Amino acid sequence: MSSNCAAGGSTSVRVAWCAALAAGCTTAAAGPDPAKVATHGAAPFAVQLERLAKLQHGIDLIAPPAGVDPVVWQAMIPKDNQPTAARIELGRKLYFDARLSADGTVACATCHDVTRGFADRRPVSEGIGDKLGRRSAPTTLNAALLTSQFWDGRAATLEAQAILPIVNPIEMGHKTGREATAAIASDPAYTAMFKAAYGRAPNYDDIGRSIAAFERTLMFLDAPLDRYLRGDTNAISESARRGWVLFNGKGRCVTCHPMNRANPIGSDGRFHNVGVSARHQKFGELARQAVSALAKSDTAEAIDRLALETDASELGRFLVTRNRADLGGFRTPTLRNAGITAPYMHDGTMPTLWDVMDHYNKGGEANLFLDGGIESLALTEPEISDLVALMFTLTDDRFATENTAELARQRAAAAVRRPFRDDALSTRKKLQFE
Amino acid sequence: MRIRPPRSIETIHHEERDQAIRSLARLDRRGFLKVSAAAAAAAMTHGLTPHSFQPIRVAEAAAGAPGFRFAYISDSHLYERKQNDRFVRSLMRAVDDVNALDPQPDFVFYGGDLAQLGQAAELQLGAQILKELKAPVRMMVGEHDWYLDLGDTWRGMFGPPQYSFDHKGVHCVVLNSVVEADFWTERKLTPMERMRTVAGLDNGAQRPFTVGDAGRAWLAADLAKVGKTTPLLVFSHSPLYKLYKPWNFWTDDADQVQALLRPFQRVTVIHGHTHQLLTNRVGNIQFHGMLSTAWPWPYAPQGLPEYTIQMNRPDPFDPNDGCGDGEVVVHPDGLVDKIYQLWNRNPITIKSSFLSSGGKKDRPPAPSRGSY
Repeated sequence: MSSNCAAGGSTSVRVAWCAALAAGCTTAAAGPDPAKVATHGAAPFAVQLERLAKLQHGIDLIAPPAGVDPVVWQAMIPKDNQPTAARIELGRKLYFDARLSADGTVACATCHDVTRGFADRRPVSEGIGDKLGRRSAPTTLNAALLTSQFWDGRAATLEAQAILPIVNPIEMGHKTGREATAAIASDPAYTAMFKAAYGRAPNYDDIGRSIAAFERTLMFLDAPLDRYLRGDTNAISESARRGWVLFNGKGRCVTCHPMNRANPIGSDGRFHNVGVSARHQKFGELARQAVSALAKSDTAEAIDRLALETDASELGRFLVTRNRADLGGFRTPTLRNAGITAPYMHDGTMPTLWDVMDHYNKGGEANLFLDGGIESLALTEPEISDLVALMFTLTDDRFATENTAELARQRAAAAVRRPFRDDALSTRKKLQFE
Repeated sequence: MRIRPPRSIETIHHEERDQAIRSLARLDRRGFLKVSAAAAAAAMTHGLTPHSFQPIRVAEAAAGAPGFRFAYISDSHLYERKQNDRFVRSLMRAVDDVNALDPQPDFVFYGGDLAQLGQAAELQLGAQILKELKAPVRMMVGEHDWYLDLGDTWRGMFGPPQYSFDHKGVHCVVLNSVVEADFWTERKLTPMERMRTVAGLDNGAQRPFTVGDAGRAWLAADLAKVGKTTPLLVFSHSPLYKLYKPWNFWTDDADQVQALLRPFQRVTVIHGHTHQLLTNRVGNIQFHGMLSTAWPWPYAPQGLPEYTIQMNRPDPFDPNDGCGDGEVVVHPDGLVDKIYQLWNRNPITIKSSFLSSGGKKDRPPAPSRGSY
């Protein structure tokens, strides 16, 4: 334990955490006691781990997941990171290890909490020193099926994604990957696990690889809608059935959220400006600032910091491509388990799915870079309810209880407040830019 | 010990670009030209072409050399706003694109069809939006601007439809190539009926486009003053060659116009009307189409020039796809690189060397989205 404490600076938080560990741990090899680490609103890691074990009970974590074509699945896994029990186990341990943060308060599981839909139910996430970022934590559920990672796709793979938050100053705050590795490397348990998983000593890229291997086990694709589409007419309510027709028709949802056997998560993997950031940002000036900032340093870490710490976050995909066509564009998120992963959009500004429908119904938010497919939909109130009902049929059955509770909570919230609703715009009685 | 994470195609592109820019510092001008060509070639290999924030940096780095750059916007087809506000927003977006160019282009060329039905309110709406442009604007007329009142309103707002000017050693000529023989008097058509007939792309009641006898006489006289080694930049609304007659992707007296241009060593024709990536070469004359801000046309069923890199079928769910604006980089030798700034795809650059080499060199990468 003492070597672990020495490895990472000497803030008071860190000291307190070490003291708590000293009280709670029996052997150095055991690492931090998960029960003692529960900060930034996350459930205690012991509780999360217990829940996770139940969720994955009886599932072969190495085989291709149910609901995904095995050939497609195999093609998405990097050759140097094929799943093994040792890699998954190592990744699981790291996912719940707050030592990967500079002050020992943040693990992956802090913002991608098993009990909060593998996200954090907050508009934007909170990192070390209670610092707030600019983006809403997307769920790690089924993230392996996304064609790029982060809202702006700045990481191509889960492996590349996992190592960026650890060294982001306001997320987990380690100064370098080397420092993060040192924070865990002295733990003899890790030495053995890295050896078993990758045949070498702990290193930063294998931290990313093993977390990715673990995340590939978080596949939750068994929802009422799947049973409905397989022919069980009564698997979803009549309202949700009407919602499915609207989804594929008047609501135009399917344009960007295709749902089929080859692509079960409902994301086209492309980047669209739907006007969310246009509510509070001017793109032109921000773009100039970002381009000049990136002229000085154009690294993955630099883009990461702009995306999380500055107003440039709202530029979305533009930060990656510098193409004006990508201004304010964010990757279409998965629709799977949307019911339990509120709030919505890249900045978490929409508390309920009713708000999301209101936003699309009025044709998004006026801005010059609005995606061409976004237009007023003239959905009626019952139609909006039908679409929301459909969204809640996309939650995996293992989260059914949470799903029911979330539906009730969102319904109550929407009954009080519908801040994004604009009937004049949705019915084109008023035009955008007027 | 840190292994580099897998790099995205963008990362690779930017690394190569940075490498190229870093190496500039170590070079004299002669060396510079080689390096920027190499950087452009590297970008091409990865299917990424320079875009608004980047190519210019390369072009401007050669400051002091002649050559220049202008932006284009074309074919906005504005109706009154209440009838179609999407086209209005699209033109606003193009204006914003051009205003964001840093440094600003020497001028902005508007390629015709500002209005849909030639009505004063449509043209005024367009003029009002174009007024926001920071760079000077050069206007060209299209058939949609013309056939309600045979150009009265347009001329009143923008001046004569045929004119020429010299810019940094290049002689620029703007033509009215949408002159149709009278098909309306005999049929006793009202002005709006005449307008709507012409506005129908494949309405067989109209006649083919021409520059016309008067237009060609004017052109011959204008060119008589110009030395044969002076680069020519010719603007026409319809393509100055014969592509597909049923849609007037066609200029009926194109052969005669080309004959007037042929004595000049370097000639580039920039045209509107076709709303798509369209590239051609006839002898020493290079042709480039402009994108529309309103909608993309499909490719004509026959006559497509072999030099054209097709932009593939636009996404039917995204009305912005296949639309856009762009830039033209005029090299010191007077030939041009044509940049198509597509709103839903990666930008595409057609280099003059691609055409000069008969399609052997600098072939643009295939469009970023596969064929349907």
